[in-house]
Amino acid sequence: MVNFELSKNDKTVLDALRSESLIARKYARQYDENEHEFPPDELPEAKDHPNFMSHMATRGAEDSGGSVMMTLIAMGSTWGDYSVRLRRRDSGLGNSALKAAGTPEQIEKWGGLTLAMAITEPGCGSDPSQVRTTATLDGDNWVINGEKIFVTTGCRADGVVVWATLDRSAGRAGIKSFLVEKGAPGFIVAHKEKKLGIRADDTAAYVFEDCRIPRSNLLGGKEEIPKGGSGGFKGVMKTFNMTRPLVAGLGLGMAEAALDFTREELSRAGIDIAYDVQGTTQSAAAAKFIELESAFEAAKLTMLRASWLADKGETNNIEASVSKAKAGGAVRDITQGCIEILGPMGISRAHLLEKWFRDVRITDIYEGTGEIQRMIIARGLLDYTRKELN
Amino acid sequence: MISFELSEEQTSVREAMQGFASDVLRPAAREYDEASAIPDLFFQQAWALGLTATQIPESYGGYGAERSPFTNALVLEELAYGDAALAVAAMTPCLFANALLDHGTDEQKQAHLAAFCGDSFHTGSLALSEPKPGFDPFAPSTTAEKKGSGYTLHGVKSFVPLAASAAHFVVIARSEDGLDAFIVPRDTPGLTVSETEKNLGLKALQTSELRLDGVDLPAAQRLGGAKGADVRRLINQGRVAISAVLTGLSRAVLDYCVPYSKERVAFDEPIAQKQSIAFRLAEMHMEIESSRWMTWKAASDLEAGRDATRSATMAKRYVAEKSMWISDNGVQVLGGHGFIREHPVELWYRNARTLGVLEGTATV
Repeated sequence: MVNFELSKNDKTVLDALRSESLIARKYARQYDENEHEFPPDELPEAKDHPNFMSHMATRGAEDSGGSVMMTLIAMGSTWGDYSVRLRRRDSGLGNSALKAAGTPEQIEKWGGLTLAMAITEPGCGSDPSQVRTTATLDGDNWVINGEKIFVTTGCRADGVVVWATLDRSAGRAGIKSFLVEKGAPGFIVAHKEKKLGIRADDTAAYVFEDCRIPRSNLLGGKEEIPKGGSGGFKGVMKTFNMTRPLVAGLGLGMAEAALDFTREELSRAGIDIAYDVQGTTQSAAAAKFIELESAFEAAKLTMLRASWLADKGETNNIEASVSKAKAGGAVRDITQGCIEILGPMGISRAHLLEKWFRDVRITDIYEGTGEIQRMIIARGLLDYTRKELN
Repeated sequence: MISFELSEEQTSVREAMQGFASDVLRPAAREYDEASAIPDLFFQQAWALGLTATQIPESYGGYGAERSPFTNALVLEELAYGDAALAVAAMTPCLFANALLDHGTDEQKQAHLAAFCGDSFHTGSLALSEPKPGFDPFAPSTTAEKKGSGYTLHGVKSFVPLAASAAHFVVIARSEDGLDAFIVPRDTPGLTVSETEKNLGLKALQTSELRLDGVDLPAAQRLGGAKGADVRRLINQGRVAISAVLTGLSRAVLDYCVPYSKERVAFDEPIAQKQSIAFRLAEMHMEIESSRWMTWKAASDLEAGRDATRSATMAKRYVAEKSMWISDNGVQVLGGHGFIREHPVELWYRNARTLGVLEGTATV
């Protein structure tokens, strides 16, 4: 049966997360203003506070599915702060890739590590088939050369899944992913990026200079380059069907924080949001607020739809892109609109709203820009190939 | 637990409506719009679906299926995919019957519902809208004054669907108890039903204005008797219904634009292969998905008996805005052809604008 209500167990998890997030939020400004500092693995308050994830141990048939919960947990986390957590729990994007493409032995070996994912290069972003980083077989080693940027969790991860090409002339089919552990010779963490928002987040740039890794570090183990088609490329891209709704959730959590703050401030100013009042009697601020809130609800529902399909094991590539594109637009409109409603207090660094406005801006860029999502959606609708619509 | 899973019954109802929409509604839409009228044959065909009788309990002569605002939202989306005017027309008997079903006293149900369970088309209607700027359904100008043991109604109602053939009306008014509703037989002295209104959209659906000049009603005609009716819920149901209709309409627009833009060639390639068109279609799809889930969420609030004021208001305002945007883009994708009555997009454009201003013409 169609149901949009959380179960008792769902609520217990998310309520516990909310109290953690309230603690994390106290540190939000500090790590935003001190970009070079990393938030600690555990905040001082962590020792007196049970881990909200302990409530995930007891789940039943009447509770929401795992993917749905992960998107809601993403939202609940960034509602506190994008980067600061009571306890650090970044499981990097590389972990998703390992799970999707790794052999059982590889998953066994590296599953316990935090793995970043290095795809983007100075010369290629939205079109990862243009990867220039190379991997060359030399005896029992791969030798990797190239530069990677915008690597999330890149400084603190234990290792990284790197996209590199075996043969540029083979196009997408020549691209493979490799697992490189920190400390591998020739693997250099060059610097931490300085950003508009999510400043406390760990975004690294890497250089690989004749970096040698064991031959068995090729993810999935398939060394041959298939003739025609995209080879394993499409399979690797499937990772995004799960991460895109999560990224939507990360953005929406901050948008919800902005809406909650704006509602409270409006209420303090004597403007209450009423849903049973029509245009001629509604204040412009309240009408605008309901418009923003509706955009939030719509985006959240597309996120839940995409992750619910994932829980059912059904194809969700279009829905994942819909949720990502919807959230990418909605979070910008919402934070821009909340500042508009609150005026000067919206831009003051005495409050977090201006920070949320900066932090959410990445939502429509990383994990595939809004334009890339529209491309994927349109190809699906029109039944077009990559060649027919690009 | 978050779930988007339809029941088997909901899925089969949806499929049946899809068939009816494509076999009956879509082929007739243009002709009836041009004629500003719907022939009796259509009402008989629609009646045979049992849209109204299905959810009326067996004790009142119906089929006794569970009363389900959620299933009705699914029905409306599918019917409106065929044609919005005909969808509202087919569901108009439900406006009256469901208002009684949900809010009427046993005597009121006994008196009125059996007529909706017979073999031939029968309708009542709901008088909610009023002809004034920025009409607010929660604050109607129509008044119901206590007079002796009964009430006297004054006011004007507009856009009352199928008023010319309705036997009774549920009229929404303001009484000393706040929002109130009354069952008004069409031959009551003081009630005048106007000529058919001429509207921008939903032209096939005949609507009228109702004038209530001192309409005296016994207390027994108050919907819900001494207890009154939950008019707020009635209005929320109307909002969800319109959201469902507009979602179906939006889907019709996109499904028409997709093959058109793949066939239409400009500058040596189908226009669908240009990002300016392809991205527009992608956004239309994103908003149709959003619209449906907003509608479902509000409908599931109604289904569970929760106060749906917030979710229904948000769904209605969101879906109305997006369907207007989608049908506007539909016209643009077709270019000059979008402006020509040979194609249905100009009809959808008018219908979207019309439905968007209605707050409660339909109750599911």
